[in-house]
Amino acid sequence: MNVTLAFLAVILAIAGWWLSRQRLFSKPWLEVGHAHDQRPLDRPTIPPAKIGLGVFLAVVAALFSLFISAYFMRMASTDWWSTPMPRILWLNTAILGLGSLLLHTARVTAEHHRDEASRTALIAALATGLAFLVGQVLAWRELTDAGFLLADNPANSFFYMISGMHGLHILGGLFALARVILKTRAGPMDEKAVLSITLCATYWHFMLAVWLVLFALFSGWANDFVELCRQLLT
Amino acid sequence: MVDIRHGTGEQIGPAEVEDVELYHPHSWWTRYVFSQDAKIIAVQYASTAIAIGMVALVLSWLMRLQLGFPGAFAFIDAERYYQFITMHGMIMVIYLLTALFLGGFGNYLIPLMLGARDMVFPYANMLSYWLYLLAVLVLVASFFAPGGPTGAGWTLYPPQAVLSGTPGGKDWGIILMLSSLILFVIGFTMGGLNYVVTVLQGRTRGMTLMRMPLTVWGIFTATVMALLAFPALFVACVMMLFDRVLGTSFFMPAIVEMGEQLQHGGGSPILFQHLFWFFGHPEVYIVALPAFGIVSDLISTHARKNIFGYRMMVWAIVIIGALSFIVWAHHMYVSGMNPYFGFFFATTTLIIAVPTAIKVYNWVLTLWRGDIHLTLPMLFALAFIVTFVNGGLTGLFLGNVVVDVPLSDTMFVVAHFHMVMGVAPILVIFGAIYHWYPKITGRMLNEAMGQLHFWVTFVGAYLIFFPMHYLGLIGMPRRYYEMGETAFVPASAHTLNEFITIMALIVGAAQIVFLFNLIWSIRHGREAGGNPWRATTLEWQTPETPPRHGNWGKELPIVYRWPYDYSVPGAAEDFIPQTQPGTTSHAPEGAS
Repeated sequence: MNVTLAFLAVILAIAGWWLSRQRLFSKPWLEVGHAHDQRPLDRPTIPPAKIGLGVFLAVVAALFSLFISAYFMRMASTDWWSTPMPRILWLNTAILGLGSLLLHTARVTAEHHRDEASRTALIAALATGLAFLVGQVLAWRELTDAGFLLADNPANSFFYMISGMHGLHILGGLFALARVILKTRAGPMDEKAVLSITLCATYWHFMLAVWLVLFALFSGWANDFVELCRQLLT
Repeated sequence: MVDIRHGTGEQIGPAEVEDVELYHPHSWWTRYVFSQDAKIIAVQYASTAIAIGMVALVLSWLMRLQLGFPGAFAFIDAERYYQFITMHGMIMVIYLLTALFLGGFGNYLIPLMLGARDMVFPYANMLSYWLYLLAVLVLVASFFAPGGPTGAGWTLYPPQAVLSGTPGGKDWGIILMLSSLILFVIGFTMGGLNYVVTVLQGRTRGMTLMRMPLTVWGIFTATVMALLAFPALFVACVMMLFDRVLGTSFFMPAIVEMGEQLQHGGGSPILFQHLFWFFGHPEVYIVALPAFGIVSDLISTHARKNIFGYRMMVWAIVIIGALSFIVWAHHMYVSGMNPYFGFFFATTTLIIAVPTAIKVYNWVLTLWRGDIHLTLPMLFALAFIVTFVNGGLTGLFLGNVVVDVPLSDTMFVVAHFHMVMGVAPILVIFGAIYHWYPKITGRMLNEAMGQLHFWVTFVGAYLIFFPMHYLGLIGMPRRYYEMGETAFVPASAHTLNEFITIMALIVGAAQIVFLFNLIWSIRHGREAGGNPWRATTLEWQTPETPPRHGNWGKELPIVYRWPYDYSVPGAAEDFIPQTQPGTTSHAPEGAS
C-alpha cells in the first residue's frame, strides 16, 4: 500500500495547503458582515467544470495508484514472471502523445480564434484516440498469440486488467471529445467551447501521464526505480 | 472578546444569477422522475435507501429468529442464514447508510444550506441516482438468481467468497454482488463530484467556509473521503470478479476443493483484506462524519444555544477524516500481521479517539445551560450522544491488539459496531428526518407516533445490544449458525438470546410506525410554516416551503453571519437568521 499512501500524502498536502488559506483560525462568531468573504464579487474566477475535472482526476489517480499498489504486493509472490512488452506499445505511446499534442494545439488555436485549425486538430485527436485503442487491442492479440494468456500468470492478468481499465478511460474521453466536436461544429468558438476543449486536453495529458507510469511499470523500469529508492533509503 | 469586526461591505448587492443556467423541466417525467433538481433526487435517494433498508431489517429479523429459536423455522437453513447475514450487512452499510447520508441529506441540504440554486452538475447528479437504483436492483436480483445471494459475509473475503462451499460462490450471487458494488461506486463518484464542487464553488455571497453549518462540513469531508476510499472497493471488486469469472489468481491461493486441484494458485487473500479495509475503515467515518455534523446542528437549534467550539468542531472533522485513512489494518489484527504493524495501527486507532472525544465534549457543553427543547429531533440527538459514547468506549477495548485477539470472533464485536455504526447513525437519520421533514413537505410529522417510535427504538436498541456485549465476553462466537451443545455457554445465555430476538422484533415493528407516519403526515400533518424550529440556517429562510425548483426567488440570499446566532444577548428574538444584516440586534458586548 506504499504507493497509495504516497499518493494520499500528496492529496493531503494539497488539501492542507487549500485549507490553510480558508481562515480556519478566524472567529466566525465575532464577525458580522461581508468583509471576510474574500472571493471576487463577479463570477467565480475558476469555472466549476474545471474544479470538477480536477477532483475527478484525483479519483482516477486514486484508482490507478491502488491498482499499482496491488501490483507491487502481488509481485512479491514466487509464481510471478514478467510479461514481455509487445513492440507495438511504443507506437501506441507515441500515438497517445500525439493526441495530447493535437488537443493542446486545438486549445491554443481556439483561444486565438483560428476556428478551422482548431476543428481539424480536434478531429485528428479523435482519430489518434481511436488509433490508440486499436493499437492496444492489437497488442493484446499479439500477446495472446504468443501464448501469454490472461489467467496463466498474475503479471499477465495485471497487464490485461490495468491496460483495459486505462483503455476504458480513454474510451470515455473519446465520447466526451466527440460531443465537443459535435457541439463546436458550427458557429464561432466562444468561451464555452474553449473551456470544453481545455478540459479535454487536460484529461488527455493526464491519461497520457497515467499510461507512461503504467508502461514503465509493466516494462519493469518502475521496479528498478523502486529498488533504487530503497537502496538510497538504506 | 469584545472585538466585533463589522464588515464594511453592508451595501453589497445580492448576487443576481441569470436564469439561463438553471435547467427547466418541461414535463411531469422530467420534473418528478428523471429530475435534475437536487431536492427531488434527494427524495429519490432517500426513498430507495429506506426501501432497501426495510429488506435488510426483515433479514435481521430472520437471523435473530434463528439465533433465538434455533431450528424452530425450517426454512432458515445454514446457507440461508449466511445469505441473510451478508445481505443485511452490505445493505445497511452501503446501500442504506452511505446512500442516505450523502445521496439523501447531501443532495437536499448542500444547495439549500449554502444558498445555491442547485448542484453544479445537475445532469451528473441525476445519473448518480439512476446508477444507484440500478445497483440496488442488481443487488435485489441476486435474491432471485439461481443459488440465491452470496453468503460470504459482508466483507466478502476470498478465497471462500468464490468457492462452492459458500452460498452463491459458484453461482450468480457473488457476481451480482460485485457488479452491484461496482455500479454503486461509479454512481457515487458522479454524485460525490457534485457535492464537493458545489461546496467549493456554489456558495452564495458571504458564505465563507467558516460560516458553513457543521452539517455541510461533515457531508463535505465525508464525500472527499468517500471519493478517495471507494476506488479501493472498486479495485477489490474488479479483481475478485476477474478471479471468479476469468480464472485469474489475484486473491486465490492454490486450493484443493472436493479432492480436485483448482486452477488458481499463488494469489494473496491478504491483498484483498488490505484493499477492502482501506475502503472499509474510512467508510465508518464516511457514515459518522455527516452524522456528527447533523447532530451538532440539531443540538444547537433545539438547545437554543450556539455550538460550543465551532472552530474545534471543524478541525476535529478534518482531522478525523485524515486520520481514518491510516488505521485500516486494525480490522486485520488476527490475519497474522507483523506485531510492529499491529502496534502502529493500534496507536493511530487510539489517537482518533482524541478528536472524537473533543466533539462529544463540545456537544455536552453546548447542552450545558442551554434552553433545551425536548422535541423529537432533540431526543434522537441526545440518544445519539449516549449511544455513540457507549459504542466508542468498546471501540477503545477493541483497538488494542491484546484485547482484540480474544474478542475478535465473539458477539462483543457485533455489539460494538452495531452500537457505534448501526444504532448511532440511524438515530441521527431519524432525528434529521423529524427535523427537516417540515421543510421537505411543509407539514410536521405526527408527535404521538414520533414519541412512540423514539422510545421503543431507543430503549429497545439498548435491550438488544447491551446483553450482546455480555454474550461476547462469555465467549459466544459470532457468525455461527447454531451453537449446539457447547459446554462454556450456559443455559441462561440461550434465554438471553430469546430475549434479544423478541426485542429485535419489537424494535423492527416500531419502524413500521415511523414509515406510516412519514406517509400519513404528507397529507394529515400539522402545517409547519417556513421555519417551525426558529432556526438560523439558510434552508429555513426560503421564500416558499417546500422550496421550489431554483430554491430562492429572484435573488440569492446574502449571508451576514455564522449559522449559530442563538440566544444572542440583546437580540429581539432568540435566533438571528444568517441572512439578517447589520448589528442592531447585537448587544454592545456581543458575548456570543
